[in-house]
This record gives sequence, C-alpha cells and structure tokens, in this order.
Amino acid sequence: MTDPKPAPVIELRKIAMAFAKPSGEPLPIVEDIDITIAEGEILGLLGRSGSGKSTLLRIIGGLIRPTAGEVIYGGAPLGGPALGISVVFQTFALYPWLTVLQNVVLGLDALGLKLDEARRRANRAIDLIGLDGFQSAYPRELSGGMRQRVGFARAIVSEPKLLLMDEPFSALDVLTAETLRTDFLDLWTGGTLPTKGVLMVTHNIEEAVLMCDRILVLAPNPGHIAAEIKVPLAQPRNRLDAAFHGIVDEIYAILTSRITEATGKHAGLQGGLVQHLPPVSASRLGDFAEALAAAPYDGHAELAKIAGPLALAMNDIFAIAAALHLLEFGEVAAGAIKLTASGRVFAQSDPEGRKRLFKEHLLCFVPLAAHIRQVLDEREGHAAPRGRFELELQDHLNRSDAETTLRTAIGWGRYAELFTYDDRTRTFRCDPPGG
Amino acid sequence: MVQHAEGLGSGIRYRRGPGWRDGAAILLVLGSLILFGIGAHQMVGPFVAADQPAISLSPWALPFYTLRTVMRMLAAMAASLLFTFTYATLAAKSRHAEMVLIPVLDVLQSVPILGYLSFTVVFFVSLFPGNQLGPELATIFAIFTSQAWNMAFSFYQSLRMVPTDLDEASRSFRASPWQRFWRLEVPFAMPGLIWNMMMSMSGGWFFVVASEAISVGDVQISLPGVGSYVARAIEQRDLGAVGWAIAAMTVAILLYDQLLFRPLVAWAEKFRVEQTGAQLAAHSWVLDLFRRSRLLARLGRPVARAATHAARARLLVPGLDVVVRFAPPGRIVDLVWYGLLAAGLAYVAWALVQSASAVLAWSDVATAASNGFLTLFRVAILVAIASLIWVPIGVLVGLSPRLTQTVQPVAQFLAAFPANLLFPVAVYLIVGFRLSPGIWLTPLMILGTQWYILFNVIAGASAYPSDLREAAAIFRVSTRRWWAQVMLPGIFPYYVTGAITAAGGAWNASIVSEAVSWGPTKLSAGGLGAYIARMTEEGDYPRIALGVAVMSMLVIAMNRLLWRPLYVFAERRARLD
Repeated sequence: MTDPKPAPVIELRKIAMAFAKPSGEPLPIVEDIDITIAEGEILGLLGRSGSGKSTLLRIIGGLIRPTAGEVIYGGAPLGGPALGISVVFQTFALYPWLTVLQNVVLGLDALGLKLDEARRRANRAIDLIGLDGFQSAYPRELSGGMRQRVGFARAIVSEPKLLLMDEPFSALDVLTAETLRTDFLDLWTGGTLPTKGVLMVTHNIEEAVLMCDRILVLAPNPGHIAAEIKVPLAQPRNRLDAAFHGIVDEIYAILTSRITEATGKHAGLQGGLVQHLPPVSASRLGDFAEALAAAPYDGHAELAKIAGPLALAMNDIFAIAAALHLLEFGEVAAGAIKLTASGRVFAQSDPEGRKRLFKEHLLCFVPLAAHIRQVLDEREGHAAPRGRFELELQDHLNRSDAETTLRTAIGWGRYAELFTYDDRTRTFRCDPPGG
Repeated sequence: MVQHAEGLGSGIRYRRGPGWRDGAAILLVLGSLILFGIGAHQMVGPFVAADQPAISLSPWALPFYTLRTVMRMLAAMAASLLFTFTYATLAAKSRHAEMVLIPVLDVLQSVPILGYLSFTVVFFVSLFPGNQLGPELATIFAIFTSQAWNMAFSFYQSLRMVPTDLDEASRSFRASPWQRFWRLEVPFAMPGLIWNMMMSMSGGWFFVVASEAISVGDVQISLPGVGSYVARAIEQRDLGAVGWAIAAMTVAILLYDQLLFRPLVAWAEKFRVEQTGAQLAAHSWVLDLFRRSRLLARLGRPVARAATHAARARLLVPGLDVVVRFAPPGRIVDLVWYGLLAAGLAYVAWALVQSASAVLAWSDVATAASNGFLTLFRVAILVAIASLIWVPIGVLVGLSPRLTQTVQPVAQFLAAFPANLLFPVAVYLIVGFRLSPGIWLTPLMILGTQWYILFNVIAGASAYPSDLREAAAIFRVSTRRWWAQVMLPGIFPYYVTGAITAAGGAWNASIVSEAVSWGPTKLSAGGLGAYIARMTEEGDYPRIALGVAVMSMLVIAMNRLLWRPLYVFAERRARLD
C-alpha cells in the first residue's frame, strides 16, 4: 500500500444507459458515469431506488450493455460476463432444485474443471464461509442468512478478482445482516480472499459507512454521481464513534439537499409532470406529521435520528420527507425535516380537516393531480382512461417511475376525494364540479 | 384442443399480440391443411395396406393388445418431448422464429386431431407401402398431435418466465447455452411440463383408441390394440368384449399413473421455485422405493453421474457463446423477414383459391358452416349443463379435505379414461330403447371431458383460502351471497380452465360421437363431427379438409372471443396486489 495510486481493478468511462420511451426516444437511466474501483478497496454505490445503482452493477457485471461509454477490465473493453467477476444477489438467486454443494459448484461450471476438482474447491469455499455440514441441504431448508452464505460461497468459489454485491443484506433481518457483514469484513480484512476489489450497491447509509472505503452517492433523474465520500476509518468500525456519525450525517445532508433541489428544479417544467411522486400513502404522511409534531420532536427532527424510533427504512424516510417537502407540509434541509405552519395544522387537524387541507395542497403543489382533475372536468363524461396519463408521464419518467408516480397520485387523489379511479376499467372519474 | 386449458392453467398469460399474426397463422396452417387434403385427393395410386392380422375378440388377447396401445403412447410421448425441447426453445430464443412459431402453435392446438388423421394416414401408408410401419406411424403421429402442442406451449412459457435473478446468476457465472438449458431452463420448466404431460396422456388415450381402427375411403387400418379390439366388438355386436376392453384399459391407466406419473410428479416437486404453497406434497410409493432401495440407488449412481457430466459439459457452439440479449434488432434483417413471411402467406392464399375453387363450391362451405353451428350449439349446451351439475358438487367436495382425497383421484382417472370405449354401451341402449340419436348421442361428446370441470373446481375449492371462508362464516353470509360473492369468484379461474378443456375435448369427440354404429345399425346426429366422419368414410379429402378447417376456425373463435377474455378477467379479479 505504499503506491499512492493503486492499479484499478475496473474502470467505467463515460457510461450512459437509456431505455426507449413509448415514442421511441431514449430515456436516460444513468448518464456520464465515471467510476474506478481501485485494488484493495470496497466501493459503495449508495442511492434511493430509481437512481440507477442496480443498472450500474449489471453493466459492470456484463449483464447489460451500456448505450454509451465503455467498461475497461483487464486492459480491454468488457463484452459480457467476464472471467473473474462474480455477483452476490439481493434475492440470493439460488437454484431451488440444487443442493448447497451443487449450487456452489455452479459457480465453477464455466471453468470446465473436472467434477472432483470442482467439488474440492466448492467444499473449501463452503468451509470458508461457515457452511460446513450443510453441503447436501436444499436452499429451502436454510434460513435467509444461511442462503445468503451460499450466495457468497458461490460467488467466491471461482476466486474472482472483482466481487459485485447487489444489496446483499437487504433481504435479511437486522441481526442476521449484521453477523453476515462482520463475517464478510473479517474474511476481507484477513486477506483470505483472493479478491482485489468489491463493489457494493446499497440503500442503507450506515451499512455503506460501516463497510466501504469510498462511497459514491447517486442521485436520480437521470442517475449520476452526486458526491464522493471517503471513509478513512480503520476496520473494524464502531457505529457509536463520533467520526462514524459525522460521515452518516454528511450523507444524509447530501441526500436531503437532493430532495429540495429536485422539487425546485422541476416545478416549472412541462406543467410539472416530470415531478416524481414518492410511493407514500396519504395516511402515512398524516401519521408521520403527527409523530413529528408531538414531543420530543416538536416539529423538527434529524432524519437519521427519527428513522430508528419510527422503525422506518431509509427508502421510506426519504420518500416521506420528499412527499412532505413537495406538498409544502415540511421543509427538508441539511439532513433534517421541519414542519411548516400548514404542516402543523395538517398534523393537528381532525380527519375531515386534514383531508380538506391535503386537497388544497395537492391541487396547488402537485401539478399531476391538478392536471388529472382538470382533464376530468373538461371532458364530457368526466372520465378519462389511465393510459392517457401513463403516456404523458412516460415522456418524462422511465416506465417504473411513471408507474409509481401514477399510483401515488391515484392514492393521494382518492384520499383527497379529488377523483376516483376504477382499476377494472382503468378509468379516472370525478363528480361534475358543483354537482 | 383438449390441451388449450393447461397452457392457460399452468400460470402463464398470453401476451396480447396483434391480431394479424393470428390471421396469418390461421391462413398458414389451415391453408396448408386444405392444400394437403386436396393434394392427397389427387394422389392416385394403390395404397397397399399391409397384411393386417385379424383382431381376436378373446379376452386372452387383450393384455397383448393393451401393451401395444401403451407402447404407442410411450413412443408418441418421446416424440412430443423431443418436439417440445426444440420447437419451444427455438421460439423462446429467437424473436424472428417466435413471430411465426407461436401463432402457428396456437392454431395447431385447435385443429381436431381425428379430422386430419385421415390424410396423415394416407401419407404415412404411402411412405412405407406394404409395411405395418406406415399405419403405426400414422397412429403415433395422431397421438403426438394430441400431446405435443400444450407441452410445447408450457415449456415456451416457462422459458420466458425464468426468474430474473436466476437468469442473471447463470449469465454472470458464464454458463454456456447448453449448461443453462439443463441447469436452469429445463428444471424450472419441469413442474409445468410434467403436469402438461399428464394432461396430454389423459387426452392421448382417447385418440390412441380412436386412431387404431380407421377406414379412409378404401384404406382400412386396424392395428393390434385396444381400439381395434373395440371396433371389432362393435362390428360383431359383442357387448361382453366391450366390457373386457374397458377393464383392460382401466388397469392400464391405473398402472401408468402409479408407475410413471405419480413418481414423476413427486420427483418434480423439488423443481418448484416458490416454496410457500401449502399444497399437499405429492407422494409416490414407487419413488420412495427407488429412493430407499440401496441396490437401486447403486444401479442409479452411474446414470446420475453421467447426467451430471452431460449437464456440466460446455458444448460451446462458436458464435453462440454467452448471448447478450440486449443486442438491438437489425432493421434490415427484420425487413427481409417480414418480406419472406408476406410472400409465403400470399403464395398459400393464392394456391388455396386456385385449388379449392376447382373442387369445392360455395354450397360446400355453407353446408360445413351450418353443420358447424349445430355442433357449436351442442357444445355450448353441454358445457352449460355439465357446469350446472359439477360446479356445486366440485365446490362441496373441494371444501372437505376427506372427500377431496377420495374423489379427486377418481375424477382424474375418469378424465383420463377414453370415453369412446363406453360409446358402444350407450349406442346399444339408444338402439334398444329406440331413442332419438339427434338428442341422445349429444351427451357422448362431453362424456369424457366433463371431468375436467369437476376436478378443476375441486382443486379450486380446496385451494380456497380458509380465512376467507371463516370470515364468511363469522359474518353469516346468506347462501345466495355465499355462492355469488364468496365462493364462485374464488374458483372462477379454475372453472374457466376446466371448462376450456371440456369444450375443446367435446369438439374433438364430436367426430366419433355424432356418428356411431352398432353392427350394421348406423346412427347419425348431424353436425360437423358427423360431416367429417362421413367424408372420411367416403375418402373425400377436400371436404374432410374443409370440415377440419371450419372446426378449427370455430374453436379459435370460441377461444378468442369467449375463453381468453374470461380467463384474463378471472385472473385480474383474483389478484390482490
């Protein structure tokens, strides 16, 4: 480690990825991404869902081909899944019809080894990852944590140079996830792994700070790198450390500044239809506002602090914060959220009053909801098919974002009694104005 | 036709493709069929049927005949598997192939098997003149056509539904296409495929019996088998022999189930991806025997080892290495492909008009169509009556686990039993009591396939969530409401699956049930089935082809306009998310 600039394991140059819109134009998912993974480091890709982090992981894994830019691996452009790059999947991706041993042997199939040799190496990996004795078990007989251990064993059995991890701990319960993280870090720092570099995708801020040497924060629409944060702490790290906290808070601040920026930037464009509505139900917003208005927060809280007591995952807390912010019930800044004056009223009203206030804010600050209502009012039968709004949205957002946005709008509109929606006929309706 | 339902039932949705593809496929398949029929008509030449051994009516000959019948089934099943692995794989892997293969498969499913047996017989006999092999192959081909389509459909749909994470895992470990096929795709498709094989077998018994003894014009075929035995018994008016045949078939089907399918189904359990289902785990004493016996295990080990080696082999074909599915489609290739397709279709259409106008008049089309509507009417009435009877019974049986355990295997057995073996008994009664054939022959059409309604409804009712039932009980929902809003919507998807199968089977059966005989007495109920049967007897190929084409069109229309929308509707409503 005397070399100030260790050799890169893999290099992404000007990577962009776009999918086709219904109109045929490209809709960018990620844009202008440069990433280098240096030898000996764990690099974290942190971002909310929809920021393109999984897309990037799949590009690096050779599973999808970027629309622009190139990935340099081993001195040459990457043309598909390559020797020496291995993936640990969020959902484990174990073959249910194969035993633990067979699943791990699968990681060696491409090497064309003799079966005996393959089994020997698989057994070694199983042993290393703490699964000894479970060789003949089927995945369904194992707990989630054990299944992911099989996932790890299968990924390292081929002695990869680069290990890609796609939210490997997010499907596990808190305790199991922590044990597995520690075990992995022990292997990594102990030098038992021949692996030169690790890329981990996550949406869990603390996990990123705990494990990574460097964190890239991704921001959506289209996905780009918003910030790079070095974590100069020695392993093993302590979550209660002040320095640890400092970095966590820093990341929260970066992410919340993205919320304010996003709402500000898009408000004027295309009647605001580019606005991405976070997947939160109206009643959840009410509950959160009520909790925030009460003691001990009194209308103001740091997101990092309030997430724990309310048992909210990071995705959820940011979605709620973003929703409150864009409805102007709350104001998000520097990793904290503060209720606005109307937010306080919203929190303290009775259900009827809350509904009325929500409707006012919805019409004022969510152009999509206002747009749907306007279309319905103008139409002869006060009805409009869902497809119409879907198409409009897909001109600005990618398919799944358009889908969640419309779902959220339907939920909010129903709550506010702004319009109704019939899923069987896929039509929006509203009562005639004044009627 | 019988097969359509399982394609739907095995949990896959048809993509809503543009309608012109269906139209093109119909033209392609049915057009070729009619052209082939007309061609066969003009193919003059001596069909030298081989010296066929006379069929003995002695019960002692039956075990041998049954064995022959069963062997034909097995041969057809092997052919169907081969077809499935190639055709469906090609369709799933190549966008261009898919565009043609899938609509064609869809139309093939709706062609009545017994209808076009008549010209395949002629074809195979002329292929091996003077040899038993010709008629044998024709029979096997007929069974194949009753089995292959739904298996191929199921496999194709499984291939397209391979879970993304497993797919990505196999790609990131750089599995070769061969490794991928045996390690991922075949195992994943296995439960659906085996279920469809079982359904195919059920339908197959019907066709093997019907296709062993057939006469097309002056070509007389009777292969040693249960079907020929029954045909001879009908000729001789020997009701006792019919009884023996029924008994032999019963034993054969039960053995088949116990020795082949039970073990297969129990074994395939391990390939299920979702481990949550609370369905009854399938058990098989044969499989247990195999798994526990040390001797058998030792014998099996080299086989298992060889299979593992075969599946691990890379078998790389140059240029077909790890396929990146994101390659953008080439515009020019597309254009050329569309051009070829259009040219092919135009040629078939032209040839069809040319040759059909020479031998067929519009009045023929009108006759076939009006007969077709008579049969359509019969099928509709029968499905309605069968539903009224079996849905309530199925629900009551399905809600009681004890009853389900005893009734379900019986229903499945009855669905597999070739109902045409029972026809002579019914005909004997109709003749004896001088009943009107127009009415009393009708129920025969659905005799064999009504059980699909029963056992699907039983399956639906026994899978009905118990909390929903308990909720209905707590709130003391009135009986009418219970049926209309609690139970029927819950079993609706299952019912639709069963009804599609029953209706499809009824169409197929119409060819042998609308026109029957008992010794010299011939009864006909009219309708398209009787029309096709009569033309077959006369060896009038253009009109056989016409009848078959009209029947296919009606079946396709029924599927498109009634069953598929119903199925989509049922699916959408039963979903919670």
